Amino acid sequence: MDLAAVLTLEVLNGIASLVLISVGLAIVFGMMRVINLAHGEFLMLGGYAAIVATNHGVNIWIAMLVVSPIVVGIIGVVAERLIIRVLYGRMIDTLLATWGLSLFFIGVVTTIFGNTVAGIGAPLGGIAVGRYSISLYRLLLVGIAAAILVAIYAMLRTTRLGLLARATMENPNMAAALGVSPPRVYAATFGVGAALSGLAGGLLAPISGVLPTVGAAYVAKAFITVISGGTAIIAGTASAASLFGTVNQLLTYLTTPVIGEAGLLAAAILLLRVLPHGITGKLFRGGL
Amino acid sequence: MILRRVSPGVLVTAAMMVGVAVGAPLIVDQFQLLQLTVFASMCILALSLGVVWGYGGILCFGQSAFFGLGAYTYAVAAVNLGESTLAIVLSIVVPAVFAAALGYFMFYGRLSDVYLGVITLSVTLIFFNLTNSTAGDAYRIGSARLNGFNGMPSLPTFNVPGNPGRPLDPTETFCLVMALLLIVYVGLHALLASHFGRVVVAVRENETRCELLGYDVRRHKLLIFTLGGAIAGLAGSLFANWGAFVSPNVFSLTTTSQIIIWVIVGGLGTLVGPIIGCVAMQYLATELGTQQLANTSLIFGIIFLAFVLLVPRGIVPSLGALRARLFGARERQGAQARRA
Repeated sequence: MDLAAVLTLEVLNGIASLVLISVGLAIVFGMMRVINLAHGEFLMLGGYAAIVATNHGVNIWIAMLVVSPIVVGIIGVVAERLIIRVLYGRMIDTLLATWGLSLFFIGVVTTIFGNTVAGIGAPLGGIAVGRYSISLYRLLLVGIAAAILVAIYAMLRTTRLGLLARATMENPNMAAALGVSPPRVYAATFGVGAALSGLAGGLLAPISGVLPTVGAAYVAKAFITVISGGTAIIAGTASAASLFGTVNQLLTYLTTPVIGEAGLLAAAILLLRVLPHGITGKLFRGGL
Repeated sequence: MILRRVSPGVLVTAAMMVGVAVGAPLIVDQFQLLQLTVFASMCILALSLGVVWGYGGILCFGQSAFFGLGAYTYAVAAVNLGESTLAIVLSIVVPAVFAAALGYFMFYGRLSDVYLGVITLSVTLIFFNLTNSTAGDAYRIGSARLNGFNGMPSLPTFNVPGNPGRPLDPTETFCLVMALLLIVYVGLHALLASHFGRVVVAVRENETRCELLGYDVRRHKLLIFTLGGAIAGLAGSLFANWGAFVSPNVFSLTTTSQIIIWVIVGGLGTLVGPIIGCVAMQYLATELGTQQLANTSLIFGIIFLAFVLLVPRGIVPSLGALRARLFGARERQGAQARRA
């Protein structure tokens, strides 16, 4: 019974961390069709922002929940204005340029912080479930991941900003004719995506630690989740993350983390063989 | 027959390779010869992506997966067999089989370019994580310990076929690597001039039209992808032999991005371009490694960005276009503009 509870939490945790690391990418890819290979580095920068802020005496919650997203959001908007903007409609060039950007960020951060692991302690303690102890912080992450998905849905569905964003993605020319400025919407969307990545990076920093090349560990999983999810941002991310999180954590429990990771990839390749447009390419078409 | 269609530029390049292979051992010292050996091995790797991406139009970000798989296969086989000939053959076969299996899922699933790029990249990173976590005695294949992130040291190097007691000296190894580079380079040109090669290029230009003309697009893509995997595997075995060492770094994002940079800098849609890009970038990386001022990733990131934004076709096609404009000749190479 205790084991079942702990295992369920592990699975939920796996799903939550997949949602966190991929939601920023899902927004940028789903709305703008831009593949951002510097996504892993946005997470990494979010992690560093949280750690540096905490070490300078900022409250850890403010550092993770406020400083990280703001810093990375600003970096995202700057990157969009300087680089991505020039390459809209050239998907492959965007992909390559963001790869260059990713190397650039790794280089900058290595120069500043050195090639060592930095970390902060996870806040909150643990609670005992029978013979096991579970971390409250990990439990909180599950809640935050769910809250982020709900917030994005609410924003896209109910606010004027969300309406403008959806309209621009649907038909930029028509939106422009009605007085919306598409470049501004693109910049804002990219900024929001980056900010969410920064938030995720900050939240994950206490769990996994941060080092300049940590992005590589995240980016593969994030891409697998987003692509397997398909174009619908929320339904896609949630369904793909649930599937892969479950596969990953159960295999990890039964065998080793290594097999868990390999199983995640194998599941994704098989899934894309059957559903080349991702889960939401077939089901929930046209939804969010 | 096929060779008649090969342009004179190819013969010039091939002659220069022979010149380097014969001349370099006479001129340079042993350290520089070892440097040249690794440069030439990497040129083979650059060619593998040059053909898959530049001619096949397949955006493969996972060339280092096949490269690393080749290196590890060589390492494991050479340790177990104590002899290098069969190990080299295996280091070509294993990545080729893996590429064929992966390619089957991707091409027969009809995934588009961008997805291919992302999936191949993810496969590479998963290999990186997998090999990194194989530390400890439990992870061994035969008598070869994989050693996780520490890598596998003191591998047996190449020996004269059938005579494990007689390893190749550095000059012989260099000549062997140059010979393989020459074979791959000329062989790829011959292949591209053949019927099969022309269909591959046609598929790159317009998939639908090729399909309507009755060609099996998926099969052609799969075959060229598998060939690319095999060549990358060969480069992997040469690399493992060069340092007598292999570590998970062969799968790292750095290795992957370097291969892409070589091809971008040199130029897509040519074979000499990736070679030039590879030598130039390797030289730069070696020079950067000796100073502390700027981080190598930082410089490479800037070069990468600069080429994508400013010289999107790469050096060789841009020079070709420039020459055509200066001399008023008909722009032939320019027609092969960067393909999505």
